[in-house]
Amino acid sequence: MELIWEGIVEALKLLITLDGEVFSITIRSLQVSITATALALVIGLPMGVILALNNFPGRKMVISLVNTGMAFPPVAIGLWVSIFLWRSGPFGSLQLIYTPVALVIAQFVIAVPMVTGFTIAGIQQLSPKIHLQIWSLGATKWQYLKAIIRETKLPLLAAVIAGFGAVISEVGASMMVGGNIKDSTRVLTTATVLEVAKGNFGRAMALTIILMGLAYLVTLVLTLIQQQERKQ
Amino acid sequence: MKKALSFLLIIAILLFATLGCAKQETKIETPKDETPKVEVPRDIILATTTSTQDSGLLDVLVPVFEKEFGYLVKTIAVGTGQALAMGEKGEADALLTHAPDSELKLVEAGDIINYKLVMHNDFVIVGPPSDPAGIKGQSTSADAFKKIAENQGLFVSRGDDSGTHKKELAIWKKAGIEVGGNWYQETGSGMGQTIKIASEKDGYTLTDRATYLALKENLRLEILVEGEPNLLNIYHVAQVNPKKSDLINAQGAKDFVEFMVSEKAQQIIGEFGVDKFGAPLFFPDADKDPSEYGLKY
Repeated sequence: MELIWEGIVEALKLLITLDGEVFSITIRSLQVSITATALALVIGLPMGVILALNNFPGRKMVISLVNTGMAFPPVAIGLWVSIFLWRSGPFGSLQLIYTPVALVIAQFVIAVPMVTGFTIAGIQQLSPKIHLQIWSLGATKWQYLKAIIRETKLPLLAAVIAGFGAVISEVGASMMVGGNIKDSTRVLTTATVLEVAKGNFGRAMALTIILMGLAYLVTLVLTLIQQQERKQ
Repeated sequence: MKKALSFLLIIAILLFATLGCAKQETKIETPKDETPKVEVPRDIILATTTSTQDSGLLDVLVPVFEKEFGYLVKTIAVGTGQALAMGEKGEADALLTHAPDSELKLVEAGDIINYKLVMHNDFVIVGPPSDPAGIKGQSTSADAFKKIAENQGLFVSRGDDSGTHKKELAIWKKAGIEVGGNWYQETGSGMGQTIKIASEKDGYTLTDRATYLALKENLRLEILVEGEPNLLNIYHVAQVNPKKSDLINAQGAKDFVEFMVSEKAQQIIGEFGVDKFGAPLFFPDADKDPSEYGLKY
């Protein structure tokens, strides 16, 4: 019980005084995870649209792979990204392992299937009639795509929330590809693991409070957008 | 909605840009070099054990080195087993580890060079103050381990092929005990985590003294067996053979090895922890002969 109190007090102290290291770790976490989520959106959204709207041989196969990807354990992705980025790996000469870029890559790989999967699900849950309706209004191909995406914006927001939530709270892959290096690849989750190992439970608790707060804030903002859209 | 998305995208791009900048900023200015013919890489990957990071020693040593030589050290704190594997594969530039027997195999194979004695501390056997297996007062670690096994006292092992784990296995072997069963649990994690688990479960464990002292406040564990020469925990530094990979920063690794055995670093090591614990956590050894510890190389 004493530990919990001490922890909370120290956590609040660190938060109120805007402790330099805690602050910079938070900023870095946000930078990495937002970048990864945005890139995942850039790739995952068109991929989801293509998979949902086109029929081609092997399509079901690809979709099943995407769905499996949504449940991939991050630590497995961490290992595979590491293998590719290690000096002995195919991209070793780029020297990306243990850099923030490696973190972005790993988190991107985690988030892409999520965004793609949610996009596919979102488009496919539309009434089949809507496609005919849009075409019959004389839409061009681009207008058609735009209309479809507009219709699925709510599931797409869910995709962004899910992707971001997954990558910012992920620790296994970040530890492996980033190495938890101070001032470089130390993010909220890996810093928490380290502070626990060091016995600094107060700092560790402060970090987790920030982590939970951030996850809540981002989700709150996106939910607000989502609900507003719904009203209109 | 589209607005929101494009807004997010713009933020992301901006963030990514600053990420790039931040990375450049952390690159430390190269000190004046008279013959700047070849640009020396500035990053060094140091593979080391969790104890040097969890105790806080590297947080003191590394910045001094970075400032003096102008490198950026990427410290990867893992178990000694993994650190040595990274050296073997050329994934790291320098190693700071504490399993001399395993390290010497790498030296013989030519995987690591410039192998130097840096410091020691010692291992201690800790356990609950009530000492259910009655190991207190045993003169050797092997006898203590025998008692734990006989009385089926809970023993919490690192189980991660680290230097501490290797040491523990060597003691079991000496005690002639085949480990296994309910009383023997492997955590597969670092020392800080393992010692915490031992404390929560009222178990025994083998730990380096530095980690125990650093975490003591939050533990319900006491030192029960200590002081046996066999329990010394000896740290060496080495550079990975540059032939292992084209990407190895040989000069940087060499500078790091030289720094670790330099008078300045040795003094920092000897003083580290005194203000906080009243006693040093590590003892500098650079001027000692390895044969004093029964090591031949």
